[in-house]
Amino acid sequence: MIRQFTASEFIFILTSARWTLLLTLLALLLGGALGFLVAIGRTSRYASLRWLAGGWITVVQGIPVLILLFLSYYGLALAGFDLPPIIAASVSMALYASAYLGEIWRGAIQSVPWQQWEASAALALSRAQQYRHVILPQAFRIAVPPTVGFIVQLVKNTSIVSVVGVIELARAGNLVNNATFSPFKVFGTVAAIYFAICWPISLLARRLERRLHAGRAN
Amino acid sequence: MGFHFQFQPVLARSDLLLEGLWLTLQLAALGILGGALLGILLAMSRGLGPRATRWLIDCYVELIRNTPFLVQLLLIYFGLPSLGVKLNAEQAAVLGLVIYLGAYVTEIVRAGIESVHRSQIEAGLSLALSRWQVFRHIVLAPAIARVWPALASQFTLVMLATSVCSFISVQELSAQAANIESDTFRSFETYIVVALVYLGLALLLRGLLALLGAALFPAGSGLGRLRQTAR
Repeated sequence: MIRQFTASEFIFILTSARWTLLLTLLALLLGGALGFLVAIGRTSRYASLRWLAGGWITVVQGIPVLILLFLSYYGLALAGFDLPPIIAASVSMALYASAYLGEIWRGAIQSVPWQQWEASAALALSRAQQYRHVILPQAFRIAVPPTVGFIVQLVKNTSIVSVVGVIELARAGNLVNNATFSPFKVFGTVAAIYFAICWPISLLARRLERRLHAGRAN
Repeated sequence: MGFHFQFQPVLARSDLLLEGLWLTLQLAALGILGGALLGILLAMSRGLGPRATRWLIDCYVELIRNTPFLVQLLLIYFGLPSLGVKLNAEQAAVLGLVIYLGAYVTEIVRAGIESVHRSQIEAGLSLALSRWQVFRHIVLAPAIARVWPALASQFTLVMLATSVCSFISVQELSAQAANIESDTFRSFETYIVVALVYLGLALLLRGLLALLGAALFPAGSGLGRLRQTAR
């Protein structure tokens, strides 16, 4: 029997957005931690670390998120972890985020003028102290707008994990469409919910960007 | 007992991989060409015509950039037939890719066009160039030269996004990977091979786009200098 697209279907789709948000949050935390290491590696004094972090960015940015998802999903299973799909999904989103955040944050660190390194070295700060007290606070300001912008990409790409059976927004839309067969209403609703999540973040990113450049000559 | 990698069963199905690769290449080429053309046209027409044109184009850009490509694809593939438009999966995929990339290219090229200073246009007009010549040589070409790196990385992202077309049963590389996986049960090996193929494609595309950038905007010319500063 074909069901109608009613309020209860709408609420099912709307509440499934919590998995989209949870996935985004997990990917941001895990991927952020890993991405921080990647950024530090890319700006390291040691060529081997720079090379390693650069290789990581090139490889991950050259593979579709869908394939990263399958690699984490089957890779974790082979490594002996019997994990629910949501964990494999979070891991793959975190790997994806680490490469893009690592590259964004590398740019931010390198846009801090090199005199800042010299001046802080002249004050006999250790490398860690230089990062902690001089470089990172300045890089942070520059990194915030593009990082917020990247969160939009992250939210949108969580739709891909629907393929391993996590019932987030896109998967919920698929399920409801299979039962009601009113694709325009169903996927229109799903798109509207994604838009309601992403658009405010996009606007925020743009505002932060403007504010960052407000103090500059150009 | 540890896991033993077995790549032979996967490589034995390289005919499927090649078929998928060929379709992925076609999707990427059509998507990039169509999306670039659509985006440049919209970025150009945004400054012309009535206010409503600009508003409509901005709405399109915001709507597409703030919703997942997958959902856009599902709307096109399942939604359009209910409006009486019949599309097969491949046609829906190409249409989806063009619409998706078009929004990003519009935004990138718009930023490039806005970076051209007014005085440049006035200088061009005072040299008795026609309006079209001014637009073509003084606005559009420098705008694209300046945003070329951003365009190139967006093109690469769209090539990778073709993998999402497997959701609507397009038999491109990712879909063929799923076929090989269910034939051979060597899941991890299959996706390692396919990941390497995508990685090779991405590096190749990046190299080609860098060469194209160097050919379109040669290093010695004014446009070439714009391209250099954009790095």
